[in-house]
Amino acid sequence: MSEVIKIRRGLDIKLAGKAEKIFMRAEPSEYYAVKPVDFHNLIPKLTVKADNIVKAGTPLFYDKYCPEILFTSPVSGKVIAINRGERRRILEVVIKADPEIQYESFSIGEPSKMSTGEVKENLLKSGLWPMIRQRPYDIIANPEEKPKAIHISAFNTAPLAPDYDFTVKGCEVEFQKGIDALFKLTYGKIHLNINYEYPASQVFTKAQNVQINKFSGPHPAGNVGVQIHNIDPLNKGDLVWYISPQDVIIIGRLFDKGIYDASKVIALTGSEVLKPRYYKLIGGASIRNVLDNNVSEGINRYISGNVLTGTKIHADGYLGYYDSQITVIPEGDHYDFLGWALPGFEKYSASRAFWSWFLPNKMYRMDTNLNGGLRAFVLTGQYEKVFPMDIYPVQLIKAVIIEDIDQMEKLGIYEVAPEDFALCEFVCTSKKDVQAIIRKGLDLMIKEML
Amino acid sequence: MKALRKLLDKLKPQFQKGGKLEKLHSTFDAFETFLYVPNKVTKTGTHIRDYMDMKRTMAIVVFAMLPALIFGMWNVGFQHFLATGEESDILINFLYGFKQVFPIIVVSYVSGLAVEFIFAQIRGHDVNEGFLVTGMLIPLIVPVDVPLWMVAVATVFAVIIGKEVFGGTGMNILNPALTARVFLFFAYPSEMTGTKVWVEGLKYGKDIINGFSGETILSQAAAGNTGFVNGTGEAYTVQDMFFGFIPGSIGETSTLAILVGAAILIYTGLGSWKIIFSVFFGGYFMGLVLNLFAVNPFMEIPALQQLFIGGFAFGAVFMATDPVTAAQTEKGKFIYGFLTGLLAILIRVLNPAYPEGVMMAILLMNVFAPLIDHYVIEANIKKRLSRAEDKYLEK
Repeated sequence: MSEVIKIRRGLDIKLAGKAEKIFMRAEPSEYYAVKPVDFHNLIPKLTVKADNIVKAGTPLFYDKYCPEILFTSPVSGKVIAINRGERRRILEVVIKADPEIQYESFSIGEPSKMSTGEVKENLLKSGLWPMIRQRPYDIIANPEEKPKAIHISAFNTAPLAPDYDFTVKGCEVEFQKGIDALFKLTYGKIHLNINYEYPASQVFTKAQNVQINKFSGPHPAGNVGVQIHNIDPLNKGDLVWYISPQDVIIIGRLFDKGIYDASKVIALTGSEVLKPRYYKLIGGASIRNVLDNNVSEGINRYISGNVLTGTKIHADGYLGYYDSQITVIPEGDHYDFLGWALPGFEKYSASRAFWSWFLPNKMYRMDTNLNGGLRAFVLTGQYEKVFPMDIYPVQLIKAVIIEDIDQMEKLGIYEVAPEDFALCEFVCTSKKDVQAIIRKGLDLMIKEML
Repeated sequence: MKALRKLLDKLKPQFQKGGKLEKLHSTFDAFETFLYVPNKVTKTGTHIRDYMDMKRTMAIVVFAMLPALIFGMWNVGFQHFLATGEESDILINFLYGFKQVFPIIVVSYVSGLAVEFIFAQIRGHDVNEGFLVTGMLIPLIVPVDVPLWMVAVATVFAVIIGKEVFGGTGMNILNPALTARVFLFFAYPSEMTGTKVWVEGLKYGKDIINGFSGETILSQAAAGNTGFVNGTGEAYTVQDMFFGFIPGSIGETSTLAILVGAAILIYTGLGSWKIIFSVFFGGYFMGLVLNLFAVNPFMEIPALQQLFIGGFAFGAVFMATDPVTAAQTEKGKFIYGFLTGLLAILIRVLNPAYPEGVMMAILLMNVFAPLIDHYVIEANIKKRLSRAEDKYLEK
């Protein structure tokens, strides 16, 4: 397929604070954490205690319902804390890193010459398996199954997202090795979905064993769910896996050097960052060093990920497993006198209800205010404008709310993930928690089906 | 500004759990959120939210109604002084109309909001903003001389039976403003229909020129007239009908003013252009069909003129577009709009009991909207299932 798939519906939110394409070096972090809460539906079983010594690749915990899926440490050092939350739920396993990292050894080899079983074992033992997630349900892939395809979205269209072409620069060999490994895991194709609006990196365009699909359009064109829907929509019973490009590179490094090298390039973004740039760090790092002297005064919200789907963390919190972006925006817990009645030149809206539409090129500094009270569904047609799938979003959400499994199936619950509804949640005039509702719907389906 | 915020912060604890006035929480919250967008931040899901909220939505819809309201006020004065034969100018006409219309607006809002506040308080919910629009719609669709107590009764009826019993804003099946209007139509027909109610003061007969007839164009058409004349016998032109220099309900006469409102609604994304265009198209289509099979003068009225007279334009732009009661799927909106326009003109022309068919057509389509949506969704479901079957067969 060499036609460009044009995504027509969607929205590019004009946020201030995009990262300049400059690499910065920050002091390497002393503290790292792996957070079980990053993995939806996971019940972790610990394999380490406080004060244990670990290497990069040593298991920290495993999945209670699938013990072969291990979660390993990204660095070597000492486990200094296991932080728990309500009802003793494990929030994070914190490690104090050695100045020089020592690595566990895993298999080295050419994935194309290895068997499926060997590739799988290497990924499971090294703790890289959780990088692979599945649709439907948007959870970690099940090693017992084989998907009909694997999708990789080579571009991220979320607000202020890092430019993947920039972050994967120079990693052709590792990327290809990662692809070769993944190729063993599916009985179908690997789809590499690139952004056709700009020339994509050679790392992607020169990759072998992949089918390249071209996309253009506003967010959520970069969402893998939207891409899957436009290439080969999921039916009941279909299984597809997906993974992000930098994680493919980490897999490539595993087979190349036999180690878990969790280095990645992330973007520090947001209106409250004085100099938004790209940083090289190891996954799970504390963000404190990167933020050092680089954030405006005031009460801010620190987000691992982007403003639509990211997780709130503390100023010295840890980068999430799947995230390659940090966003810092102001907290919005202030009152706005007659805010809904005034022209609002500085208020960004997807509608043309505020006079900000007079200024088409402005970038906005948005805070975390809810901007209204929770209401019932009133306006219609809003979600559809930012939801580029042949699925009726409001009706699906209503089916989830009333827990009608049959109707959810018929309306396409298997094809969606919460992140596909993030823009719907953003534009919702009634301030509904759409992503949480969809997550609940997916969890209901998991319970029913598995 | 700061002093106001300090005052509210001081009073707030009394209205919260454990405070003396805990029972009036919803009322306090309604006033507080009217003055200030609250300071709540996002907790789950997206970290930023669009600035658009229900209050802004309702404010813009009311703003879109202002051209029709302002013109309507002027027109009340204009029609009145036409009937008394006195000299007047734009300002006098407007001020006269304002004096007549403003009390109706006040009564509508006060009675409706009172019911909303009471229900919200009993349920422990926030006061919803839906009535901010309904409260302005009701005055625009009644004759100017309607007794104020009737407006109050109709509004209370509409809010309770038309909306609150279903669960409040967002849950109702029938358009609340039309529910009020149709209540008035069936409960107090002599005040709502006939030839004397549409011009201010006509039914009291004081100072009226001899032989002045205050009929609307529709009632003349229903009587079988071939040319339409104003109270003193001069013929109406199509421009009169379009600009609105004709008698009728307060806000419905000026197609131009209504179209300005339509432009505002469509541009800001709050009124569905699909519904508006489909209603006009359906009405025009039926007008053409009637022209084709015309056996009486009413059917002969040119299709375009049908769109300018009566409450058709107002219904198309401000009533049929109510998102809660209209079809909610994008494809369904076309079908819903088209049928509404079609039925409105059909009822108006062919049914002798209803000189105006728009309100009935819209209410009927409100009832059918869920059915239309159902079939649109079913088509989507079928597509998904057959796609799965095709894949299965391919294997």
